[in-house]
Amino acid sequence: MLWNTLILALRAIHRNLMRSLLTMLGVVIGVAAVITMVTLGNGATLSVTRQIASMGSNLIIVIPGQGFGPGAGAAPNFKSADAEAIRNQIGTIDLVAPATAKAVTAVYQASNWNTRVTGTTNDYFQAGNWELAAGRTFSETEERAGKTVCVLGESVRNKLFGQGNPVGAEIRIKQFACEVIGLLKAKGQSAMGQDQDDAIVMPLRTVQRRLTGSQDVNQITATARAGASIESTKVALTALMRERRNISDTEEDNFRVMDTRQIAETLTGTTRILTMLLGMVAAVSLLVGGIGIMNIMLVSVTERTREIGIRLAIGALEGEVLLQFLIEAVVLSSLGGLVGIVVAAAGSVVIAGIMGIPYVFEPTINLLSFVFSSAIGVIFGYFPARRAARLDPIEALRHE
Amino acid sequence: MKSPEPTPLIRLRGITKTFGEGSAAFQALKGVDLDVAKGEFVAIMGPSGSGKSTAMNIIGCLDSPSSGTYEYHGTHVEKLSRRQRALLRRNFLGFVFQGFNLLARTSALENVELPLIYRGASTSERHSAGRAALEQVGLAGWEDHTPAELSGGQQQRVALARAIITQPSVLLADEPTGNLDSRTSREVMDLIAALNRDHGITVLMVTHEPDMADYARRIVRFVDGQVESDHRRQENG
Repeated sequence: MLWNTLILALRAIHRNLMRSLLTMLGVVIGVAAVITMVTLGNGATLSVTRQIASMGSNLIIVIPGQGFGPGAGAAPNFKSADAEAIRNQIGTIDLVAPATAKAVTAVYQASNWNTRVTGTTNDYFQAGNWELAAGRTFSETEERAGKTVCVLGESVRNKLFGQGNPVGAEIRIKQFACEVIGLLKAKGQSAMGQDQDDAIVMPLRTVQRRLTGSQDVNQITATARAGASIESTKVALTALMRERRNISDTEEDNFRVMDTRQIAETLTGTTRILTMLLGMVAAVSLLVGGIGIMNIMLVSVTERTREIGIRLAIGALEGEVLLQFLIEAVVLSSLGGLVGIVVAAAGSVVIAGIMGIPYVFEPTINLLSFVFSSAIGVIFGYFPARRAARLDPIEALRHE
Repeated sequence: MKSPEPTPLIRLRGITKTFGEGSAAFQALKGVDLDVAKGEFVAIMGPSGSGKSTAMNIIGCLDSPSSGTYEYHGTHVEKLSRRQRALLRRNFLGFVFQGFNLLARTSALENVELPLIYRGASTSERHSAGRAALEQVGLAGWEDHTPAELSGGQQQRVALARAIITQPSVLLADEPTGNLDSRTSREVMDLIAALNRDHGITVLMVTHEPDMADYARRIVRFVDGQVESDHRRQENG
C-alpha cells in the first residue's frame, strides 16, 4: 500500500510540475537561508576566536580615553615613562610594549604604499605573538639610539618587493631612509577586519623623533607573568596609571585597561548575537515556506476535489487518500530541504571565501533544517489531506 | 414481482433517503424494493428528481440509505462502515459516469490502472491488465494519450476499461451516453452489452434515453422516489 501510494503521489507531483517546483522553492529558500546564516555566523565567530587566540591569552592592553566613542581622543596620551613605570613597579608584569603609530607612505624604488608605522620595543613582537619569517628584530643599540631600521609586515613586503627578500634593502619613509632588518610571518585579518600584516614596525624612539615629534605613546601592550592573576595585575595597573595621571578619587578613569578575554567576549558576543538574529530572520522565511506548502496543499485539495471523488468511487480508502496527499507534501518539503542544504553549502563556501572567514560545515544545523522542513510537510500537509480524505465521494464527484 | 433466482445479488427493501433536515428536508426515495439477479442488464429510467440517481448511489455504496435494508450477496450493506463500503466498491463494483471522470493530464493506461494500484497489484500485473482492458474496449495503441487528446467516445471507453479492469461483479453506469452523440453512444452501449453477455457482468444503468434503455433486458421506471414499473423484455422482443 505504501509503495503504490508513493507512486500515486509522485505521479501527482509530476502532473503539476510547475506548481510543485514553486512550492519547493519556498522551502529551498527557507532552509538555505537558515543554514547559510548560521554557518557564516559560526565561521565569523571562529575567525574572531582564532584571532583572539593569536593575540595571546595573558595580554593586557592599556589605551587612553574611555571607550571608542566621541570624546575618547580628549584624554591625554601616555608617555614612554609610563611604560617604564609599569615595567618597574608592577611585579606581575612580564613584557611591556609601548607603541605609537603614524600613517606614512613607504617607497622602494618605483613602488610606494600607504601604510602605518608602529614605533615600539622588541616586547611588542613577543606579546603580539608575531613570528619572524626572515631577518631579526631590533638590537638594544638600535632601540636606545633610535636607529632607522624596520621590520615589515607581509602585506607591505608584497606591495614593495613582491615575493622578493626585503631584508637588507633600504626603503624611504618621509625624509629618511630605513634599513629593512626583518620580515614578519603573515597573520591575516584582525578580529575587527583590519589587515594586521599591513604594518611597518620601527623602534619607538625612531618614530617619536622622526615621525611624531613627541614622547607620546598611543597604547601600552603588556603581558602578565605566567601564573599571575590577570585581575589583580589589572587592578594594580589601573591604580598606578591613576596616580601617574593625577586622577583624584572622585574622577573617572581617562584610560582603559582591557585583557584578551574581555576583548574576546565582547567580539564573539557580538557575532553570536548577530548569528542569532540572522538565524531568526531566516527561520521566519522557513516558516513562510511551510505556510506556502500548506497553502498549495489546500488549493490543491480544492482543485482536485473531483479527482479525490473519482479515487474514492473506484475504491480508494480514506487512509490511502490521506497517505497520498501526505506523501506529496512530505516529498515536496524534504526534496526542498535537500536542495536547500546543497544550495546553502555552495552559497556558504562562496560567501565565506569572499568575507575571508573559514567555512565550517555543521551537521547539526543541516540535520535540524532538514527535519524541520520534513516536519513542516507532515504538519502542513496533514490537515488538507485529512479534509480531502473525508470528502463525501458523491459530493466530490459533483464538484466542478 | 417474481425473482428468477432464489437469492438475488442485490436486494433492496424499503429503502428511503432523506436529504436535509427539518422543514428543508427532502425525501428522494420513499420506500424502494428492488431485486437484481446475477447477470441481469437493468436500465433505470425516470424523470429528473425521481430518485433514480440516488438509488444508483446507494446500490453503488457511494451513499447510505436513511432507512431500509440493502443486501449485496447476502451482506447487509447499510450496516457497513465507510471503510467497509469502500472495500466493497473496490472489490466488486465498477463505475462509469456521465462525465467520464478520468484523471486529467494522466495517460489512458495510468487511468485504467488506477483501481489496480489501490488493490496493490504489481507494476507488471497492472501494465498487462491495463493494456488488455484497453484492447477490450478497442483502444489498443492509445495507452499514452491523455484525456484531452481523446474524443468523448474514447474517453468513455477508457472509463469503461477502468471499470472492468478489476473484473467486477456489477457495473454501475450513470448516464454513460449522456455526453455522447448517437453513433458513439451505440459503440459504448455495444461494449456494455457485450460485457454483460460475454462476461456475465451484472449491469445497472441509469438513462433517460429510450434508445439506450432498449439494450437492457429489464427496465425499471422511477417516479417520485418510488418504483413505478418494472418490465422484463422477452428474449425474442
